[in-house]
Amino acid sequence: MPPPPDTREVILEAIELTREFDGVKALDRFSFKLHRGEVLGLLGANGAGKTTAMNCLLGLTLPSSGELNAFGLPLQANRIKILQRANFSSAYTALPGNLLVWQNLLVFARIYGVPNSKKKIAELMEMLEISHLSKRVTGQLSAGESTRVNLVKAFLNDPELLMLDEPTASLDPDIADKVRKVVRKVQRERNIGILYTSHNMRDIEEVCDRVIFLHKGKIVCQGTPADIVAQSSSNNLEDVFIKIARDGELLDEPKKESAV
Amino acid sequence: MNFRIISALVMRYLFLYSRSPMRLVELAFWPVVDLVVWGNVTVFIQKNTNPEFGSYVLFFLGGMILWDIMFRAQQGVAISFLEDVWTRNLLNIFVAPVRSSEYISATFIVGMLRILITAVVLSFISWFGYAFNVFQLSWWLIPFFLNLMLFGWSLGMISTALILRWGLAAESLAWAIPFFFQPVVAVFYRVEDMPAWSRPIAWCFPPTYIFEGMRDVMKSGTMNWDYLGYSAGLNILYLALAGWLFVWVLNLTRKRGLLTKFATQ
Ligand SMILES: Nc1ncnc2c1ncn2[C@@H]1O[C@H](COP(=O)(O)OP(=O)(O)OP(=O)(O)O)[C@@H](O)[C@H]1O
Ligand SMILES: [Mg+2]
Repeated sequence: MPPPPDTREVILEAIELTREFDGVKALDRFSFKLHRGEVLGLLGANGAGKTTAMNCLLGLTLPSSGELNAFGLPLQANRIKILQRANFSSAYTALPGNLLVWQNLLVFARIYGVPNSKKKIAELMEMLEISHLSKRVTGQLSAGESTRVNLVKAFLNDPELLMLDEPTASLDPDIADKVRKVVRKVQRERNIGILYTSHNMRDIEEVCDRVIFLHKGKIVCQGTPADIVAQSSSNNLEDVFIKIARDGELLDEPKKESAV
Repeated sequence: MNFRIISALVMRYLFLYSRSPMRLVELAFWPVVDLVVWGNVTVFIQKNTNPEFGSYVLFFLGGMILWDIMFRAQQGVAISFLEDVWTRNLLNIFVAPVRSSEYISATFIVGMLRILITAVVLSFISWFGYAFNVFQLSWWLIPFFLNLMLFGWSLGMISTALILRWGLAAESLAWAIPFFFQPVVAVFYRVEDMPAWSRPIAWCFPPTYIFEGMRDVMKSGTMNWDYLGYSAGLNILYLALAGWLFVWVLNLTRKRGLLTKFATQ
């Protein structure tokens, strides 16, 4: 039985999004919808097109073709308006390393026009358990510490739409667990829609309501993590991932059918 | 344009400068070295030639100080951008609701603050060290200063566009670009002393009118008003061209998907 249609507001939508780099399609007619309050995981092997998708959705890279809408508005024409309501964090970007943590956060709070910014920063830092890092030099933080500082930046403007590109990369299991819980908690409290990529299946199972598997820019399968595992007759999401990465598709189902 | 966003970006540079005093030292170091060398040469020549020639030699000092203003303005814009590249902050800025115009304005303001510091230091030393009073240029200084700053901003935007397009490989251009113009904008000599074929080229650039005007003012206390008009007019043209180039390159990098590669490299 197909799942009932999601009636929540669509806050992010890609229609036939295609992005070519030198003739190679990093994204190939990729379509999806993200609803308010939903966490959508984007999975796939290295080079599958996850980061390219996010970059297109952030307006950093223009699509070769296709349509992108956020909050019901065409993305390119309303970039500034949309970015004011969204935010982004990645393990691969950094805040200026030569400033103190609080200085960086204050600058971004001001850019986003956060009211009561000092209080807001203090609250978020406390929530991510990094209050003690406030006066440290940003560039001297460990990878895990700076990931959490980046997350504070990402939550500063109370985004309705959040894009997280491998937020738990380089975190130790304990901190990764804490980060997942905080993301989930804030997401539920504020009803945020999150687009989430990760290579950590634990992350995906715990955080994502729904996932999309990409292979060479195309959707291979999608659904709740539990459904996908059930569908594939694999034991867990990690097995599904490995199958898709190697075969480019989920072979179990067709096999089963042909055997009947 | 949103003033709050511009002020936030400027605040970031102020934090940066307050945290690394070396950046401030750099603002004063080269100008002071230049000034002392040129100042001493001037004194040497003045002592060993007739007074009329001696007064001409002061043109070098004036040219040097005004040149530095333009150079600092260009650097202010280009280096502010490079700071964001070096610190891998560019992506954070581009995914924030910051318009290109706001970003550029912030670098302009930083450029202006930088030249103010340099100008104060240079005026002070030239007065006490060499009795060259920049204020002998009296209120002419204000339009001189503004026009050179505007051209410095244009050059800064062009440098930024080149870095955006070619990545850090183009970084050295940030320092070199003003010097492409130094030979043709008549900083240390008159346009009429230049080879005939190069004179029309010289008049295409706003600083030429300012440097010519500076020598007139030092000689006779006044200058050709038309010069200021041409300089300002050309400056508006160059600012528009440079702004267009910057936005065009920014869109090109978006199209090619270079922005992210570049920003995270
Ligand atoms: N600017 C670019 N120029 C050329 N090719 C690019 C560019 N950006 C991405 N690609 C290519 O597009 C494909 C998708 O890359 P992308 O970064 O989206 O993968 P990903 O799914 O995020 O992988 P990973 O898990 O390794 O982060 C890759 O083959 C990559 O080489
Ligand atoms: Mg990626």
